[in-house]
Amino acid sequence: MTDRVGIVILSHSPDVARGTADMVRQMVGCDVPLSFCGGNPDGGLGTSVEKILKAIDEAWSDKGVAILVDLGGAETNSEMAIEMLDPDRQARVVVCNAPIVEGAVMAATEAWGGASLEDVRRTAEELSPP
Amino acid sequence: MTSSSASGSVLLTHDVGLHARPSVKLTKLAKSFKSTIEFAVSPEGPWIDAKSIVKVMATKAKKDTVLHFRASGGDAPAAVAALTSLVERDFKENHADAATG
Repeated sequence: MTDRVGIVILSHSPDVARGTADMVRQMVGCDVPLSFCGGNPDGGLGTSVEKILKAIDEAWSDKGVAILVDLGGAETNSEMAIEMLDPDRQARVVVCNAPIVEGAVMAATEAWGGASLEDVRRTAEELSPP
Repeated sequence: MTSSSASGSVLLTHDVGLHARPSVKLTKLAKSFKSTIEFAVSPEGPWIDAKSIVKVMATKAKKDTVLHFRASGGDAPAAVAALTSLVERDFKENHADAATG
């Protein structure tokens, strides 16, 4: 069943990513495709394109995938990962300009209701300062 | 399906008010209905979209606030009944909701 937009949570810290995913699971439930990743391949703080690609795959939905990120490198690595996807998938993955924890809960709630990828992103970004 | 409208109000008794988790529950329940559903903390409004998680959470309604619901659409009466029931039972899970959601 992939009738809901998927959510990827990406932090420099694996613990932040896991904790954020726990909040989404407990508050919104398990009906939304969700994955998380964090840390560099050496186990330190950071992000990795390879892990992001795997996370996108895990949360994949034909309706698309919204990625929630924390700091700068997470966004640029997400963009690199998106560029490496199959062309037909590239247009269905977006990075949300929203705070990671709040944005993930908002995005997942919107996704739960069956909203489009664009609506999921807009809901997460409603939180951002103008 | 004939269109109808419904309204109702309920006292918010949840200790910490309409904080994060109750907001998500309220929004998810609202989204499970087709009708347009709004709520307000005053009968004069402003009315906000009960299906918008960001707007619901932003109301920050406190304990002892009366929440006013109004809905229009085919399942409006059921929507208002379900939402007021959710608030009445202090946002606890209910099997009837699980079936719709």
